[in-house]
Amino acid sequence: MRAIIRSVVVAAALLSIYALQMGVELAFTEYVQRIILLAGINVILAVGLNLINGTTGQFSIGHAGFMAVGAYGAAFVGVKLAGPVHGALGTGGLADAVIFNLALLAGALFAGISGLIVGMPSLRLRGDYLAVVTLGFGEIIRILFNNASFLGSATGYFGDDPSGLPAYTNFFWVFAWVSAIVVLIHNLTFSQTGRSLAAIREDEVAAEAMATPTTRLKVTAFAISAATAGIAGGLFAHMQAGVRPEDFRFEKSIDMIVMIIVGGLGSISGAILGGIFVAVSLELMRDLQQYRLVLYALLLIVIMIVRPQGLLGTRELHHLLRRKKPARPSAPTESV
Amino acid sequence: MTQFLQQIINGLSLGSIYALIALGYTMVYGILKLINFAHGEVFMVGAYTGFYAASALGVAGFEAKNQNFPLYLAVLVLVIAMAAAALLGMAIEFLAYRPVRSAPRLTPLITAIGVSLFLQNAGMLLFSPNPQRYPAILSEVRFEMFGVIVTNIKLTIFAVALCLMLGLHLFVKKTWTGRAMRALSFNIDAAKLMGIDTNRVIRSTFAIGSGLAAAGGILFGLDQITINPLMGVLTGLKAFVAAVLGGIGSIPGAVVGGLLIGLAEQLTAGYLSPEYRDAITFLILILILLLKPEGLLGVVRVEKV
Repeated sequence: MRAIIRSVVVAAALLSIYALQMGVELAFTEYVQRIILLAGINVILAVGLNLINGTTGQFSIGHAGFMAVGAYGAAFVGVKLAGPVHGALGTGGLADAVIFNLALLAGALFAGISGLIVGMPSLRLRGDYLAVVTLGFGEIIRILFNNASFLGSATGYFGDDPSGLPAYTNFFWVFAWVSAIVVLIHNLTFSQTGRSLAAIREDEVAAEAMATPTTRLKVTAFAISAATAGIAGGLFAHMQAGVRPEDFRFEKSIDMIVMIIVGGLGSISGAILGGIFVAVSLELMRDLQQYRLVLYALLLIVIMIVRPQGLLGTRELHHLLRRKKPARPSAPTESV
Repeated sequence: MTQFLQQIINGLSLGSIYALIALGYTMVYGILKLINFAHGEVFMVGAYTGFYAASALGVAGFEAKNQNFPLYLAVLVLVIAMAAAALLGMAIEFLAYRPVRSAPRLTPLITAIGVSLFLQNAGMLLFSPNPQRYPAILSEVRFEMFGVIVTNIKLTIFAVALCLMLGLHLFVKKTWTGRAMRALSFNIDAAKLMGIDTNRVIRSTFAIGSGLAAAGGILFGLDQITINPLMGVLTGLKAFVAAVLGGIGSIPGAVVGGLLIGLAEQLTAGYLSPEYRDAITFLILILILLLKPEGLLGVVRVEKV
């Protein structure tokens, strides 16, 4: 019975997203639609990065590198799959959906594997080494893509078609992937594994003493986080017809860090708010481009000094709203 | 053989610059267990201070008349840059790191990233993002030894770095403040109980590390001819890798690590491909973290609760 209700709910949700998609396309200009898509991609990035930086308490500052791997991977696989899938399924929307989602999954796989390669040596040690290794990784991956001639070197990869990559990314798919990833990360965070991750954040030595396999969990969480960044990269690539190495500069990683710190390290709803905040504030500050990063940097420092846990801390918005008021203490009985 | 010797010479001079910067990382890490991400930017500010000091002292006039910039003025430029960077280092410590010193480890780390980012972008606004040609505070003289081209600049870099490192060694071993620094890196709480003013010692650690980075900045400008506001990012990272390679927290380790990274980079550029010169550093980092995470000269410390 539960399973039936669940599938009905999922089907209804998908239908309503589809209806929303129509509504969004009718109601908003392309400019606003683009901001909405970017906000969705940011939410995926923030929720994924939050798993490792917030929940597990390790610190990656090169997540743009994993996003780049996912973007290039998805773009490349999408282009290579287009021929065979169109041959088998025709050229309708179904074929496009199959190509797009397979490409995104391939991008996530590539990003996840590079997460494993980066995470395994650095996560055996204390968290701050990860910061340095990921920073180096983010730089190197950009140098590699800059020199990879089969991926278009510095001009970027736009597929074989002169009009660039097909614009598969729309509200429907972004929303579907955001929901899937938020649910996945939420369930992971509030599972037993999630508790272990939080234990690593709170006190790694104590967690290890409680027989928590700290290294294995850290590496797993890091690979999952990298894979979600890969999905975001794939969505991003198919939103703007191509990928360029310049899209994944260090600033991109900083944007992601601002997202999760503004919202609250370790809070999923905080990450969602932070992702939307950054997408909107990027647009509002468009004329202040050269001051943007100075402001972000000051914001980081001030938040760290004044409220290091961010807006929400590790709390979740829905927990705050749902929380019942504490039962009123009974009036003290006066002793006679 | 000559090419090999040539790469060794270039590698040693580049490596001594990395060593100067790595000292700052390792000293701060030794005491506060903090990766001072802003250190690369202090190096950049040092280079720019030297640039403006040299302009103010009229380096352009000497160049126009084809005269050498007098040596005492060149030394003055170095001293000004080191002093300015030392002030900057102390200001960063006081304004950004001290308020979060007792917070969980992640908080100072994020603060450091914030300071680094702030200085990079403030540098782009103040100094313009375009690369600047570094003034010739030392005019180049080339000469040949056994078929290897050596310039007086490479020799000066090596000599200045060596003198500064020797000075630091004597300072740490012989002075009261140096001994206090070693005490702090051994056990900061015990040092406090022994009546050491930890704030003062931490402040001087930042001042010394930043001054050395500024010297590195000027030498870097002389060596690489141009400077830009983002020069501290990659160079700072490489210097940090040098500190990890030598054993973070160990002063001789930073020197050895710096020289090794410089050599590895030049040999890669000379024999493999210049494109991989930046990648080799990170390969070394990953290898050292896998094989010997305490570094070449570091000591294993058991983490206690």
